[in-house]
Amino acid sequence: MSAVPIIPDAPQEQPWHLPSRGRVAMYCLILGESAIFIIFVVAYVFYIGKSLTGPTPQQVLEIPIFNSICLFSSSVTIMLAERHIEHNRIKQFGLWWAATIVLGLIFLIGTGAEWYKLIYKDGLTISTNLFGTTFYSLVGLHASHVIVGLIGLSLVLAFTITGHVNEKHSERIQILALYWHFVDAIWVVVFTVVYILGR
Amino acid sequence: MLLERHRAKRVTALLFALAAFILPRAYASGPQATPSIFAPDSTPAIGIYGLSLFVLQITGAIFLVVAGLLTYVIIRYRVKNNDDGREPAQIYGSTQVELAWTVIPILIVVVLFLTTARMIFAIQDAPRPTTALDVSVVGHQFWWEFRYPQQGIVAANELHVPVSSTGQPNPTYMKLLSADVDHSFWVPQLAGKTDLIPNHVNEMWIDPLHTGLYVGQCAQFCGTEHAKMLLRVYVDSPDQFAAWVKNQQLPAVQDPAVAAGRHVFETQACMNCHTIRGTVGTGHFGPDLTHLMSRDTLASGAALNNPQNLRQWIKDPDSFKPGSLMPAMQLNDEQLDQLTAYLATLK
Amino acid sequence: MADQALPIRGTLDLTPAQSKRDGMLEILHDWITTVDHKKLGILYILYAILFLLVGGAEALFIRIQLAFPNNHFMSPQVYNRFFTMHGTTMVFLMGMPAIFGFANYLVPLMIGARDMAFPRLNAFSFWMTAFGGLFIYYSFLGGSGLYGVGNAPDVGWFAYAPLTARAFSPGNATDYWAVGLIASGFGTIGSGINIVATIFSMRCKGMTLMRMPLFVWLNLTVSALVLITITPLTAAQIMLCIDRYLGGHFFDTQAGGSAVVWMHFFWIFGHPEVYVLVLPAFAIANEIIPVFSRKAIFGYPAMVTASVGIAFISLSVWAHHMFTVGMTSASNAFFTLSTMLVGIPTGIKIFNWLATMWGGKIRFATPMLFMTAFLFQFLIAGLTGIMLSVSPWDWQLHNSYFVVAHFHYVLVGAILTAIFGGLYFWFPKVTGRMMDERLGKINFWLFLIGFHLTFDVMHIPGILGMPRSIYTYEANRGWGTLNLIVSIGAAIQGIAVLIFAYNMVISLFKGEKAGNDPWDAWTLEWACSSPPPSYNFATEPVVISRRPLWDLKHPEDPDWKYE
Ligand code: HEA
Ligand code: HEA
Ligand code: HEC
Ligand code: CUA
Ligand SMILES: [Cu+2]
Repeated sequence: MSAVPIIPDAPQEQPWHLPSRGRVAMYCLILGESAIFIIFVVAYVFYIGKSLTGPTPQQVLEIPIFNSICLFSSSVTIMLAERHIEHNRIKQFGLWWAATIVLGLIFLIGTGAEWYKLIYKDGLTISTNLFGTTFYSLVGLHASHVIVGLIGLSLVLAFTITGHVNEKHSERIQILALYWHFVDAIWVVVFTVVYILGR
Repeated sequence: MLLERHRAKRVTALLFALAAFILPRAYASGPQATPSIFAPDSTPAIGIYGLSLFVLQITGAIFLVVAGLLTYVIIRYRVKNNDDGREPAQIYGSTQVELAWTVIPILIVVVLFLTTARMIFAIQDAPRPTTALDVSVVGHQFWWEFRYPQQGIVAANELHVPVSSTGQPNPTYMKLLSADVDHSFWVPQLAGKTDLIPNHVNEMWIDPLHTGLYVGQCAQFCGTEHAKMLLRVYVDSPDQFAAWVKNQQLPAVQDPAVAAGRHVFETQACMNCHTIRGTVGTGHFGPDLTHLMSRDTLASGAALNNPQNLRQWIKDPDSFKPGSLMPAMQLNDEQLDQLTAYLATLK
Repeated sequence: MADQALPIRGTLDLTPAQSKRDGMLEILHDWITTVDHKKLGILYILYAILFLLVGGAEALFIRIQLAFPNNHFMSPQVYNRFFTMHGTTMVFLMGMPAIFGFANYLVPLMIGARDMAFPRLNAFSFWMTAFGGLFIYYSFLGGSGLYGVGNAPDVGWFAYAPLTARAFSPGNATDYWAVGLIASGFGTIGSGINIVATIFSMRCKGMTLMRMPLFVWLNLTVSALVLITITPLTAAQIMLCIDRYLGGHFFDTQAGGSAVVWMHFFWIFGHPEVYVLVLPAFAIANEIIPVFSRKAIFGYPAMVTASVGIAFISLSVWAHHMFTVGMTSASNAFFTLSTMLVGIPTGIKIFNWLATMWGGKIRFATPMLFMTAFLFQFLIAGLTGIMLSVSPWDWQLHNSYFVVAHFHYVLVGAILTAIFGGLYFWFPKVTGRMMDERLGKINFWLFLIGFHLTFDVMHIPGILGMPRSIYTYEANRGWGTLNLIVSIGAAIQGIAVLIFAYNMVISLFKGEKAGNDPWDAWTLEWACSSPPPSYNFATEPVVISRRPLWDLKHPEDPDWKYE
């Protein structure tokens, strides 16, 4: 559609640039999600050491180092993938993208294993004590975001494999990647709070 | 029409002025049936009252200035009948004016804040005299429990405290606890309110300056009968208070004439929820009944304490307080009579 | 009026004349599946008006019960459900949809866009909100049936823990409340994201940030605020659900949980929420006051700064709702100060409106009447807010009818009043017909009288020690007469609201034809035909000042030379 100045003889403007709406929306979503996480993190921190009964974090929590490394490196792999799509190197893009998904999956499986141990070996469930309540909800909230992220990533991978992705989509893919970076960044906070401060 | 609106605003202003100055003067000091915060009778309430007058004056002045300007603008600049239809001069702003009406409010806020802060600390962090009386107030769905650790008393619903005077302060310090949900202790003539929150101990203090009955009520929505969780504070002279304490310390009256009633009490569910010292009843879910008859009201002010009401209460608590947590006990008339007669001896 | 130059070239309505009328079903289908921001805006507004009537009816029942001491009009259980549902309805199902209705309809038009950034997300948001509301109301049926007015939530709109725990609120009513609010919260967050993205990414050429109408600025602020205030509520509600369904202990005081934490979480949402509601009211005032004073808004940059400032400060004042929960004296002092600071930017706004009117030629059509009342009433409401922020005084006033009077003064006296004004103002744009001016005046004066009778008087029982949320009170307390007056006022308000509803319906069919620009206004929406075509602008407009239509109407003295 062509632009029609309301005042025809008005002084002309410089070129008109607006930010991409997808990017703005993703930043907004991240802002909102951060607020949710802040509330859960605050609740976790507030309730550290306030449980009336065991088990305590010291007794049962192990630091998930391997898991965390996987998740953090997935941020690097997704960045590499972003580079490649910008230059339309679809194959490399697909590889790094798949690597990201695998790393994310490893993280999820790790969390699953950790929960399995906590529930069946240590007898810690969400209703055991305050630690259980806050732990499962905070880590669970993060894990649910990983799952949502993985679903998004897998869709893109499916499109890539079927050959529907090219450099024109790099903007959208970067926006999705932004979400993944956010999920990783949140893990830094959750990790610090749950496994370092809270232990 | 505009003038009318102007007048409406002036009436509002007047109402405020009335609330601020006339109401408190109309009230004598001492307890009132209407527990106005502008008839304070204890140091914290008096301090708050003084502060509130100051704040009312400042906000009142702001109101008069701004509303006055608004009224002026409305009258002065409304479009005239003989208007020429031309647009008025367009003014886009002025930094100086803008600055002026930023700085003046900042100054007002500073003044307001400093006065307020002083009062916060004066009331909240007041040093506790060693002679102060200690009371633990426990909020229950929908009644009050008062424990006097120094005297070893447990009373309910009607708080007794000694009178205080400016020369000889005799304050009562209250620890506020809750057995279930949030409540709030509010006797407007004595002090501001403070909440009773489970798992979170609060404190407040009062030093009433006159003897008599001060009324108030629970001020935090706590369930069905929040409205009938009334509060009565009896301020006693030192002698009265000592006598009251002495009576409360006694075990329950044992009158063989009402043994049948006592038997009903001890064999029905009553004893699960109520304590009467000297009987098998040691429950804590309901008020301690050891000295039931020393109270003027039943069920935290829901009804006057007389035998008819007492009987009716036991028969069907919902008739006074629908939704109270005491169940109707399904007793027959004879049992009810016996029970009432027994309870009526618990002076 | 200066209509000759209109419509401007960019905004011709090129829709071909409809040949046949659609059937009812098709129209219905059209509205349900619509992704058009204008239709969604209308849906939001209709939804809000519906719930204004429902919530208002609840208020009337409350007032009947309280009109006399020891009244037996309703049982305590029903009363508690009614005031909880009244507060929840008015805030979440009336207030929020109303403001999003205005934003949805007007923001794209004002910035010269053809639609929102994400039309389908927009529709999703509306239906989530609608679903959430219906879900909450379903609790009347879903609990123990209609008999005894069902089992609606009865824990107050701030639902303090641990009253909401399973032990104290058995049954499902509280769950309907929590889940309904989570659902409508998702809708709200979606709308927030959408509006921010629209404003950042869809502006027409030349519409720089500092040229956007203040209405748009305020909605940008509100939407950004929504993102960080609704989300804590969502988080807290999730925790509540975890407690109630999975046996969690967040707010379980028996297991070491804290009731105070819920209060903090709720008010971290709850306080900014009230500014979320009031800023759109400011937005409406920002458009109406200049037009009817015939002057440009005074101090545009100051207005923008003040609005953003209010939003920022409002994030740090939440605990002024908690002065009585036993915080340290230092925290009480801090929250007193931060709360009072909000008065400064708010004052700037009031003074700027005053200055806008100063030297103007004020035309008192119905929208402007509502705005005048808004100014007075908001002033008073703000000043009673300042009184409440004086924490020692708040120890007395907290949870008394003085607080109820304060917040109705804002919610009804400022927000609802502004919404009425806004509806009178934009109704012609939306429907192509003017609202009846005579009925409008009756509506205004009745509402004004009813409002003041109700809420001016309501301050006094608060001062006399009457707490809120009580279903009845003793005769000897001396609150009876005052409450009767309050109830009479509420009835008058009710009549005024009904007149308003009647006026809307009758004007829709019989109203005078409006034309594009009935108020001789200056922002872009008035350049479109009334109602605007579905694509808004046939060609993208280009603007060079804050008041494009002023420039068009006054080529000799255009705005852009001064900005
Ligand atoms: C949209 C709604 C809205 C708005 C805008 C406000 C605005 C304000 N509110 Fe209000 N408030 C509510 C809605 C609102 N409030 C609700 C719903 C509740 C109760 C919730 C519940 O418990 O259910 C509540 C409760 C509430 C409380 C808690 C009371 C209690 O429960 O104990 C307090 C305490 O500080 C408060 C203060 C304020 C202040 C200081 C402002 C300020 O923003 C006002 C600022 C405006 C002015 C000050 C006037 C104009 C300024 C000038 C003319 C400049 C000069 C002035 C000065 C320098 C002072 N409000
Ligand atoms: C925007 C918000 C808003 C609005 C507009 C209102 C409007 C009104 N409110 Fe409300 N109110 C709240 C928000 C609001 N309120 C909140 C948040 C609470 C706190 C709740 C809590 O503590 O949990 C509250 C609480 C509250 C109480 C305190 C209850 C208590 O604590 O016990 C009272 C009491 O008088 C009251 C009265 C009124 C009245 C008379 C109106 C009037 O202005 C209403 C006027 C409108 C009408 C009268 C509608 C007209 C309709 C008809 C006449 C017929 C209807 C027809 C059909 C359904 C077909 N409100
Ligand atoms: C399930 C527990 C329960 C049982 C059983 C019970 N009560 Fe109560 N009772 C209460 C509670 C709770 C209250 C406070 C009610 C209120 O004020 O809301 C109360 C209040 C009272 C009061 C008023 C006390 C006061 O100080 O005002 C009396 C008298 C009383 N009960 C007598 C009895 C008698 C007699 C019985 C047995 C026939 C009985 N109760 C059985 C729970 C119980
Ligand atoms: Cu106890 Cu309200
Ligand atoms: Cu607030």
